[in-house]
Amino acid sequence: MMLIAGILGVAVTMLLILVRVLAGPTTYDRILGINLFGTKTVLLIALVAFITDRTDYLDLALTYALINFIGTIAVLKFMQYGDLGWAGDVEDDTDV
Amino acid sequence: MRHLVALMSGLVLLWLILSGHYTPLVLALGGLSCVLVAWLCARLGLVSREAVPIALLPRLPLYTVWLLFQIARANMSVTWRLLAPRRFIKPGLVEVGLGQRSDLGRAIFANSVTLTPGTVTIGLENGRAMIHSLTPLADDDVTEGVMNRRVRWLESRHARAEP
Amino acid sequence: MSSLDLLDIVAWHELGHLASWFLIAAGAVLSVVSGIGMLRLPDLYTRIHAASVADTGGMILILAGLMIQAGLGLVTAKLVLIVIFLLITSPTATHALARAARQDGVTPESNAQRTKTTR
Repeated sequence: MMLIAGILGVAVTMLLILVRVLAGPTTYDRILGINLFGTKTVLLIALVAFITDRTDYLDLALTYALINFIGTIAVLKFMQYGDLGWAGDVEDDTDV
Repeated sequence: MRHLVALMSGLVLLWLILSGHYTPLVLALGGLSCVLVAWLCARLGLVSREAVPIALLPRLPLYTVWLLFQIARANMSVTWRLLAPRRFIKPGLVEVGLGQRSDLGRAIFANSVTLTPGTVTIGLENGRAMIHSLTPLADDDVTEGVMNRRVRWLESRHARAEP
Repeated sequence: MSSLDLLDIVAWHELGHLASWFLIAAGAVLSVVSGIGMLRLPDLYTRIHAASVADTGGMILILAGLMIQAGLGLVTAKLVLIVIFLLITSPTATHALARAARQDGVTPESNAQRTKTTR
């Protein structure tokens, strides 16, 4: 029962985030929304794993978190440099 | 050498948690992959003080507890402000000088600030951090240097070993 | 085992159930509130604060509720791993996003500078 409530909450949040992603206005708003959407997906997978009693799904949640992070960074890098291969200039590397 | 041992035990622990199958063959394969990853890390020059910061470990648990408490407090105040009328939100930019001596300390400080809701590090250069805050009150801990001091305490052993 | 012990175990079980229910419900509420914040707040930088409520509070509470359900074991260890991983990556991604936005010329709301001088 409580897991259903959790899933409902997460699903409603995802809907709200999707509205923001569609509304924009800047590209960065959309990226922020998609990043948060990914985190919510991780929670959703974890909750579904407990509802269906198949806790192996947690591995998927972990993998999803990984891919979500790398995806966000990749999109940001692409936005900044227009290229995924370029490592940036030296000055950029010293910046934390 | 200490760093290699630490990295190796971290990898083995990670493998044990993620695997869940403890038959001799699988265990052997897991051990093999741990050795392979450690070897690759060594070749990449990643077995160093900077990449495996074991000097942080003794003080990390206490810092984590403090940070979690901070996050809980900030969550409550920001949650209220998200629902309250607009006039309760006064976004502002603050510039804070960093007291940390090591790059790792600075990164931990910036990440801790970003992790607490209500404050986000949006720039980090020349030993100064540009912090965006939701309310002038939300960044009390940041501007008054409490978090700065905590992170300096956390990194002190790590920074002392700085060449 | 005496009947008193049995009662104790039942009571502890109920308590765990209740705590887990409370944590998951609180996490769901926090994440919905942060979704509302994403829609309500005026500019990108303030929306980042809304997102970080769901990223930290909502995530920790829901996963902590699941940890109580799972009990001590491998599943809880995996959940802890997910929490640690998200706690490290989410500020990094947020910081990268804010930095990229600032370099791209997205400016914070106009009363930002005023707040700085009145401090």
